Amino acid sequence: MSDAPRLPGLRPTPPRLLQSAGFRFALLFIAIYSVAASFLVAVLWWATAGALDRQTIASIRTDASTLVERFRESGTPGLVEAIEERLALDAQNETIYLLVAADGRRLAGNLRDWPTAIGEDGTWFRTRIQHDGGVAEARVHRRDLPGLRLLVGRDESERVQLRLLLTEGVAWSLGAVLIFAGLGAALIRRALQARMRPAVATALGIAGGDLSHRVPLSGQGDEFDRLGATMNDMLDRIASLMAGLRGVSDAIAHDLRTPIARARAKLEESLNTAAGEAELRAAMEEGIADLDNISRVFQALLRIAEAEAGARRAAFAPLDLPEVLRDAAEFYEAMAEAHEQRLETDLPEHLAHVVGDRDLLLQAVANLLDNAIKFTPPGGVIRLEARDTGARIEVAVSDSGPGLPPQDRAQALDRFYRADSSRHLPGSGLGLSLVRAVAQLHGGEAVLLDAMPGADPPGLRVVISLAKL
Amino acid sequence: MMRILLVEDDVEVARFVKKGLQEAGHTVEHASNGRDGLFLAASESFDMLVLDRMLPGGVDGVRLVETLRQQGNRSPVLFLSALSAVDERVKGLKAGGDDYLVKPFAFAELLARVEALGRRPSSEAPVTKLKVADLELDLLSRTVTRSGRKIDVQPREFRLLEHLMRHAGQVVTRTMLLEKVWDYHFDPQTNVIDVHVSRLRQKLDKGFDKPLIHTVRNAGYMIRAEG
Repeated sequence: MSDAPRLPGLRPTPPRLLQSAGFRFALLFIAIYSVAASFLVAVLWWATAGALDRQTIASIRTDASTLVERFRESGTPGLVEAIEERLALDAQNETIYLLVAADGRRLAGNLRDWPTAIGEDGTWFRTRIQHDGGVAEARVHRRDLPGLRLLVGRDESERVQLRLLLTEGVAWSLGAVLIFAGLGAALIRRALQARMRPAVATALGIAGGDLSHRVPLSGQGDEFDRLGATMNDMLDRIASLMAGLRGVSDAIAHDLRTPIARARAKLEESLNTAAGEAELRAAMEEGIADLDNISRVFQALLRIAEAEAGARRAAFAPLDLPEVLRDAAEFYEAMAEAHEQRLETDLPEHLAHVVGDRDLLLQAVANLLDNAIKFTPPGGVIRLEARDTGARIEVAVSDSGPGLPPQDRAQALDRFYRADSSRHLPGSGLGLSLVRAVAQLHGGEAVLLDAMPGADPPGLRVVISLAKL
Repeated sequence: MMRILLVEDDVEVARFVKKGLQEAGHTVEHASNGRDGLFLAASESFDMLVLDRMLPGGVDGVRLVETLRQQGNRSPVLFLSALSAVDERVKGLKAGGDDYLVKPFAFAELLARVEALGRRPSSEAPVTKLKVADLELDLLSRTVTRSGRKIDVQPREFRLLEHLMRHAGQVVTRTMLLEKVWDYHFDPQTNVIDVHVSRLRQKLDKGFDKPLIHTVRNAGYMIRAEG
């Protein structure tokens, strides 16, 4: 059955002839080519054989009208005379005349008998007649006069000959046309298949499980190259998503298993060794706190995955960024104050609207402020700024903390990075990685810089750029 | 005391929630799938519903609420859900839910939310003044006084206090404050809420013996008259 499901990983069989797009293109090519050729032949025919026919008919018609005229002027004798005159003048013996009386008596003309298959007055016929010592193909016209019947015609034997020749020529050339069309179609099909082959081979390789394949491009920049380039872009995107997924599983394996193992060990230990109810109770409380932390990390991971997958673009809405940032600053200002720090803001009254996800942007900024407050010593200053750079909207959080050495910055945006100096501080180590994911979701980037280059300590400045509406 | 319908398919979670709510003095009916839940909710009267978002039996939490709301049933609904994505929460609230709690949760959080929902003011008459002991909050002039003495609060502190006072005598959790006062739907890594509450507390209690805002261990805060 053709619609039986294909087993994954099997090489797909080449499409059957009728299903092959190449074959269909080829058929289309043949059809168009044949229509064009037929049109050409039709025009040729009309201009040659058709013209001869029309000429014959016109000449017969004129001849007949002249004879009828003659009859009206000078009666039957005049007509007979005119016919005989004409016959005498016709050296090639092409003309045919027959004039008979009402009783069937022949009065003039070069036909012996009134042909049997002749109809009414004024009609045209093609017929075979005894003429010129043989049977000839003729075109005749019948005109009835009072008491007389007149046939005017032309021997068409030569024209028939000519038409035969013409038909033969046309048949040959149509044959040639078909052969060329078939050849052309086959070439098109081959070319199409040849250009498709790399993409098919790549897709097969990927279906086989190796994502590293890419479609080789011919460099011609044609449709196939564009298709290949699009496929490659798609594959790059898939590869990066897969890497992200792998990252999540690694992170889950490492940073969720570790606290789970720790919590489990603690609970088990206290079950075995706890001296009394109070101790057991304390251990359980600790266990619950550990579980809460684990689910917090889990939640953060899911948020990052959501942002990275771009799944939340559906929730995008135009938002007033300064408003959102002022809220966040107000929210954290109390905390900075409790840490004896100053939280300064430099926010324009209005900014070009950003289309985004309020919750995610807020969480990203909150993570940055939270980090800044955590790492800045008492007496320090934290700044939240936003500005329009023309192409982008930039949101920056700077602090006067220890900063981050340049070699650690790329890593800091990765999941679960925690500088050695911060191991004792609370937090999942996912904050900056969410910031980056959110920036990328909004068509931007997150960059780490020195807040005060050259100073010691340099402080940290994190800039998130966001695409404008 | 409230009569609560719990629709939850997980036996352990259901038992835990039912027991906790009963210990808090409520009556709990339990259904373990959407169909039975809908039948109970439609045929009996409950003060509030606690629904799992995903339920077996063809009728999930969202469908259940939509159906009830179409029938004109206005009982408050709290969703419990393992689906934490913001879109899911919005979906649940749009369907007619009043609150949304993500699993895993602390029972104290659930109880606080259940009581906050169940004791919403029944009269639609607008309140213009809130009073707890000698503390007064005027919603029209937006002023706070304690024993007649005016206390200066910032707009956000005003909203924080208003929320606590509207739920005077009830536990209000940090997450509830974050959601209701700041409209933030994520978990800040450090407890910023505590800083805001202690600031407000200082302003209110300065010069008075009796503290009004109390910290409830492992749960949140509560404003009430007696210390």
